[in-house]
Amino acid sequence: MNYLVPLPVILPLFGAGATLMLSRWPKAQRWVSFAVLVAVVVIAAVLLYRADQYGPQVTWLGAWTPPLGISLVADRLSALMLLVSAVVTLVVLIYSIGQGMTGDEREAPVSIYHPTFLVLVAGVSNAFLAGDLFNLFVSFEMLLFASYVLLTLGGTETRIRAGTIYVVVNMLSSSLFLISIAAVYAATGSLNFAQLAQRIQDLPDSVSLTLQLLLLVTFAVKAAVFPLSLWLPDSYPTAPAPVTAVFAGLLTKVGVYAILRVQTLLFPDSPLTNLLMWAALITMVIGILGAIAQSDIKRMLSFTLVSHIGYMIFGIGLATEAGVSGAVFYVAHHITIQTALFLVVGLIERRAGSTSLLRLGGLARLSPVLAILFFVPAMNLAGIPPLSGFLGKIGLLQAGLDVGTPLAVTLVIGGVVTSLLTLYAVAKTWAIAFWRTPEQAHETAQALPSPGEEADALHPTVTMVRHRGHVHSGGTAYATSDLEEARQVRDEDAPDRDLYQLLRDGALPERLPRSMVLPTAALIGFSVVFTLVAGPMFGYTDRAATDLMQRTPYLEAVLDGGSR
Amino acid sequence: MSTNVSLILTASALIGCGVYLILERSLTRVLAGLLLMGNGVSILFLIAGGRAGDAPIEGKTDVADMADPLPQALVLTAIVIALATTAFLLAMAYRSWQLNANDDVQDDVEDASIRRLAAADEASDSHDLATGGQDDDEVTEEGA
Repeated sequence: MNYLVPLPVILPLFGAGATLMLSRWPKAQRWVSFAVLVAVVVIAAVLLYRADQYGPQVTWLGAWTPPLGISLVADRLSALMLLVSAVVTLVVLIYSIGQGMTGDEREAPVSIYHPTFLVLVAGVSNAFLAGDLFNLFVSFEMLLFASYVLLTLGGTETRIRAGTIYVVVNMLSSSLFLISIAAVYAATGSLNFAQLAQRIQDLPDSVSLTLQLLLLVTFAVKAAVFPLSLWLPDSYPTAPAPVTAVFAGLLTKVGVYAILRVQTLLFPDSPLTNLLMWAALITMVIGILGAIAQSDIKRMLSFTLVSHIGYMIFGIGLATEAGVSGAVFYVAHHITIQTALFLVVGLIERRAGSTSLLRLGGLARLSPVLAILFFVPAMNLAGIPPLSGFLGKIGLLQAGLDVGTPLAVTLVIGGVVTSLLTLYAVAKTWAIAFWRTPEQAHETAQALPSPGEEADALHPTVTMVRHRGHVHSGGTAYATSDLEEARQVRDEDAPDRDLYQLLRDGALPERLPRSMVLPTAALIGFSVVFTLVAGPMFGYTDRAATDLMQRTPYLEAVLDGGSR
Repeated sequence: MSTNVSLILTASALIGCGVYLILERSLTRVLAGLLLMGNGVSILFLIAGGRAGDAPIEGKTDVADMADPLPQALVLTAIVIALATTAFLLAMAYRSWQLNANDDVQDDVEDASIRRLAAADEASDSHDLATGGQDDDEVTEEGA
């Protein structure tokens, strides 16, 4: 049965080639990518079952004698990641087919979307299955390349600007990864995880610590751990909604997975607890404070994404079985929830023509379905009982209290505070975008002072002071970008209008296409299922964590040579 | 394992120049920097492969005299990836030039707003506003 292991990588790659050849027949393209991703979901489910029943599934590619060749390993952790990511990518694909990649994608080459998306899926699967460092590097490059293309679809100005930063940062981290690989090879003469696990123990401490820090910094860039997270909120929100959703769900989690794998398998004797915990705390707090300050839903969600990476790093940093188990559960929960939220934001943009909190209002009346779709994952993100976000956080906090060092307790407090601030951020969005009426939204925007205007009938007592590109009025400082947006709303001739004006002029699209709502609802349903099966699932993540901490199941399965 | 000092010097020079160029504003120079750095990293791999030796071909060379083939394979892969990335970045630089007539890496949105907020904070005392919102370093006579 081990021939199943390479399929999640091979099938999407074949699919990418096939869809590229079918680029003139969009319908056939859609069916091919749909069929491929359904197959990947099924295979991942089978692998999950087998990894849980019979231990890690190993394949040595190209019939080389172990340990010379390239190995693919699906242990409990990999299989779970694979299944969750496969389900999420399938949903996003259906959603993007429903969206038709139209709207602002008119000038984008639609035929490129499917092949690139499939390469991305292959890269993500390969990263979860890779059994050696260099294969991990190659899978990173695969998914990064696909993400470069998807991020700059259409080559509009904002996307090129965001893409520039994204590409340069990721190329730098890839170079650093190569340097780490060279250093690891020079020190040990091997790149296979299982062999490294045995050889790194014999190295002097200083050497192994250097290798560990090199790898950690590399993966921290990919996982967006503060202070290496500043590229993320600038690049993700500019992409089309389904692309942002899949990036937010999967790409950073691949980095988290790599940190988890390296920490548990290669450097079990040097957990670096203090370093990781401080990084986790700062990531949580800074990320969520950034989220509170945003006036655009997409940017707000990007910051919550950075913030919640902190929870996973916290679990890894605890370096106990309970902590790792909580981190694994949280990764699985967070992939689904963050993707679902971005898909909902895509729906909001489609329905109301904007994601800016200055322009939105009254969405609850306009589209009750949308309100429910936003409310459930938003509350789940904040960790309201009984949803899976709450359970995942409880697992992590419990693990932190079990460790009981002052730093761990500080992190537990930080985690609770972050959770409350997340609730504040999403509740603020909810109140502004869904609860107030469009008229209120419009009047609020109208009431903002406008730069360069003298006092007039509307604002008789305005004293405007400009200060270094910032505008002060009535004891408040306003960001110039917000005022600029408000001015566009006020200006009846401006091309982009807010929701109130769109409603008044009857310019809104009538209904959301069902083909976009259903996949979003399905994904949210999937995330609610996590709550229902939380018991068995925590059992599974506990077993996965035990495997990771013991290391023997992995090493035996790989080095005794999987059946070929 | 014996190491080759000249290779180490070459690699560090290349990576150093690469980093210097990446700190530039223009995307084309950043690209040149990434290329230099990529070459430096490839040479690092050759160092990691140990001493020089003969071609690693079974039956032609004794195993004891062979060079380590694995790092060379890794370098090949890295070169291919670097080539593809270079092509992509060039296309992006060209597109950026088409749109803006320059290929400078722009300030990101967050930077700009942080700068604005910092300015707002500095000016939050009423004295500063009373002076008409001049910069702090412009000391006014009336305020003194």
